[in-house]
Amino acid sequence: MTELTKLTLAKARAGLANGNFTSTELTNAFLTAIEAGNGDLNAYVTVTGDAALARAKESDDRIAKGDDVRPLEGLPLGIKDLFSTEGVHTQACSHVLDGFKPRYESTVTANLRDAGAIMLGKLNMDEFAMGSSNETSYYGPVVNPWQRTNDNGDLSNDKLVPGGSSGGSSASVAADLCLAATASDTGGSIRQPAALTGTVGLKPTYGRCSRYGMVAFASSLDQAGPITKTVEDAGLMLAQMASHDLKDSTSVDVPVPDYTKVLGQGIKGLRIGVPKEYRIDGMADETEKLWQQGIDWLKDAGATIHEISLPHTKYALPAYYIVAPAEASSNLARYDGVRYGLRVPGEDLIETYEKSRAAGFGREVKKRVLVGTFVLSAGFYDAYYTKAQKVRTLIKQDFDKAWENVDLVLTPTTPSPAFAQGEKSGDPIAMYLEDIFTVTVNMAGLPGISVPGGLSAEGTPLGLQLIAKPFDEETLLRGGEVIEKAAGRFTPAARWWQS
Amino acid sequence: MAAATDNLIAGATGDWEIVIGLEVHAQVNSKAKLFSGASTEFGGAPNSHVSLVDAAMPGMLPVINRECVAQAVRTGLGLNAQINLRSTFDRKNYFYPDLPQGYQISQLYHPIVGEGEIEIDVDGDAKSIGIERLHLEQDAGKSIHDMHPDYSYVDLNRSGVALMEIVSKPDMRSAKEAQAYVTKVRTILRYLDTCDGDMEKGNMRADVNVSVRKPGDELGTRCEIKNVNSIRFIGQAIEIEARRQIDIIEDGGKIDQETRLYDPRAGETRSMRSKEEAHDYRYFPDPDLLPLEFDQAYVDDLKTGLPELPDEKRARFMADMGLSVYDASVLVVDKDNADYFEAVAAGRDGKMSANWVINELFGRLNKEGLEVEQSPVSAAQLGELIDLISSDTISGKIAKDVFEIVWSEGGAPAAIVEERGLKQVTDTGAIEAAVDEVVAANPDQVKKAIDNPKLAGWFVGQVMKATGGKANPQAVQAIVKAKLGL
Repeated sequence: MTELTKLTLAKARAGLANGNFTSTELTNAFLTAIEAGNGDLNAYVTVTGDAALARAKESDDRIAKGDDVRPLEGLPLGIKDLFSTEGVHTQACSHVLDGFKPRYESTVTANLRDAGAIMLGKLNMDEFAMGSSNETSYYGPVVNPWQRTNDNGDLSNDKLVPGGSSGGSSASVAADLCLAATASDTGGSIRQPAALTGTVGLKPTYGRCSRYGMVAFASSLDQAGPITKTVEDAGLMLAQMASHDLKDSTSVDVPVPDYTKVLGQGIKGLRIGVPKEYRIDGMADETEKLWQQGIDWLKDAGATIHEISLPHTKYALPAYYIVAPAEASSNLARYDGVRYGLRVPGEDLIETYEKSRAAGFGREVKKRVLVGTFVLSAGFYDAYYTKAQKVRTLIKQDFDKAWENVDLVLTPTTPSPAFAQGEKSGDPIAMYLEDIFTVTVNMAGLPGISVPGGLSAEGTPLGLQLIAKPFDEETLLRGGEVIEKAAGRFTPAARWWQS
Repeated sequence: MAAATDNLIAGATGDWEIVIGLEVHAQVNSKAKLFSGASTEFGGAPNSHVSLVDAAMPGMLPVINRECVAQAVRTGLGLNAQINLRSTFDRKNYFYPDLPQGYQISQLYHPIVGEGEIEIDVDGDAKSIGIERLHLEQDAGKSIHDMHPDYSYVDLNRSGVALMEIVSKPDMRSAKEAQAYVTKVRTILRYLDTCDGDMEKGNMRADVNVSVRKPGDELGTRCEIKNVNSIRFIGQAIEIEARRQIDIIEDGGKIDQETRLYDPRAGETRSMRSKEEAHDYRYFPDPDLLPLEFDQAYVDDLKTGLPELPDEKRARFMADMGLSVYDASVLVVDKDNADYFEAVAAGRDGKMSANWVINELFGRLNKEGLEVEQSPVSAAQLGELIDLISSDTISGKIAKDVFEIVWSEGGAPAAIVEERGLKQVTDTGAIEAAVDEVVAANPDQVKKAIDNPKLAGWFVGQVMKATGGKANPQAVQAIVKAKLGL
């Protein structure tokens, strides 16, 4: 049955439709794989096996009867712990939400459920989505299924990070512990982990997916999206995740197209922008090479290449680290030990707040809450927050200008491949630089995709990022598919976690 | 506008002027809360009107209630204020258990309503008071501290209910003016049906900013008295606070800008927190909400649907019904009162109707502590009574007796008059007989009256008494004069 878990979402869907196997068999295959592999990878923080099998049986009945078969009927998925799932562990991997099980369902997971998909369990993540290595989770780090190759050609036992914050999502997809996973992206949290695990990560336009029921990190930047094995799968997932939702005022009322229709269309005649400001100091040679390779692939597919300028790029990361913590400091105020989650009683109310929050939040979260509180405080607001918002407007304008001449923008997803656990956790600047190519996309509210482009000298995956105009995910998928075809798919050399 | 001299208060070093600005918090009349579908109904069991949004569950998002927006626009129009077609919501951050989100959603930077003005009337002098702004914001829940020795309880029923904060300019110069302003705002809101103005339930309350200065000087340092919940207390708090500030300054001290509380029982204001202790609310635009935008057509549409407002109504009462400023002003203060009056006055003499409504009905209602909706005498009954006077069927005096009967026993005034034989006696023969009797019985008084014609009134009184008040007073007067040869 292990072969079943290797299927892409599209292939599994076809297999179910053709009666090659049942959803119950498929679901059982994944539950077995999780059972065997999760101890090593720590991708799932909770597994909902019984509920998944019950849902699988329901799907099998529908498929057998042949009526009411829904778009993702019987397909097992992993769900990031950030999405509220009714009656199931929803803690954004924070201690402060200990024991919290909502009595409501996020719109994204409700959409997937209504499309017939099956939830296998909840996926590990950086606490409140704050991190780029999945090392800040209260439930411990996730391990990347990929391993480095030593100089002598052997696989290293060094544990690599799967990226973050959606590290459970990227690792579980790369390790075949689910067909696809939901993820969320505030500064790169879908694309960076996808790049580090050889998977596809699609961050949709801000407003494309409803934020209702997603534990908020930075409301103006957060956006749900899928991590999948292929570009086609990303389109299949997004078509079901996306919706206009009256329960989220920032969700946008634009039709959700059938993304599979654009596949195979190619990119002939499309104009590809290559921003000169992304050639940063200290970019690894192999990243530089990969980027050029990407340019060549797109050119070969009939696109034209144009150097463009996004002059305010260098201000994006500092501005992001003002806006995101500012919003987070306010969004996380509700975790006060009063109504749900962890409560550490104190002598009085203030002490209860202090003790609960001190015990409940991890170091990275505390740091960002403090930064956010500082930049919003009287006397500093204009110097930091107002200025950062101005930078944000300028970044948007940079892209608006670029779209006059190009249809897509191509960049590397990250400056370097997966690093080892602990390697950057003591160096916040190095860690924050992981997002340098991805944050601009969040700041401008644009859609972006990371597609595997090749392997590093160490044999670990590298990703290429495409950025498109607002709500033009279709062009994004067309470009992504071209890279995917040229580069091929990448899977870890050894399935060491299965043993 | 220059302050009237009688607004000044005397101190040891000369006269002082009080400067007052008010922030009125008015609960919006709406079925659901500002950003959630939970009910706003008063008096539910604790925490029975709480949505997932109100309880700030993880991942819950606010969605604006369009009806609250319409109510704010109506109110802005009623305050003759600028309506902002684009406004934004901001978060005001602070920790408190009755504020589950850890922030209140308000409008600091771009409120829905801008500058406006309303006219107040104090002792017959009209004065215009500027409105600085009106913004929408969420109410907080309620902490209850006296239910358990070790714990406080929290009721979130009010959490998220829409409030309008109406901020005046510092245009008031006396407690009376401040009271007139709050009364006027309350009247306008009640006419518009955008707030019930019920201060007892806390549906309307005011923060009062008070400073003092020597006339002509720069503005003094102000203190803000929080959450004053009756018009009477607003007046008291201002007087007491102004006196406190004058005493400090005259003793060589300085006023600290601070937030204070008025304690009506102790008759003093007390410091809550100083400027240094003030919260840093870390306001920033709420990223969960898009800017609130609508077009002028939307505003115009709401404007068309507005009811007649008190100032217009007063002008109409004066122009069309010949009422005095005073009577018209009294009648329009409360819309229910005005409606009652209009029902009574329909097809009748306006002045006479106003006299009866204001003097008899309101007088009696006040005495009993009743509102006009609770009046035992309906507008139709009072109108019928007035008709009986107009047709000379009964005298004004008898009418008052009939009013009493209707008040306590009910019934149609005409039938009561008929059944109890209260019809006015206009038969001059009967009146003459009664006058003769009184004259005959009081020869001394007759002599005195011939010397002093003013005493004729005494005879009129005696005759009225003898006829049980039913005699037509004009007829009695004429006959008395004739009989006495005056």
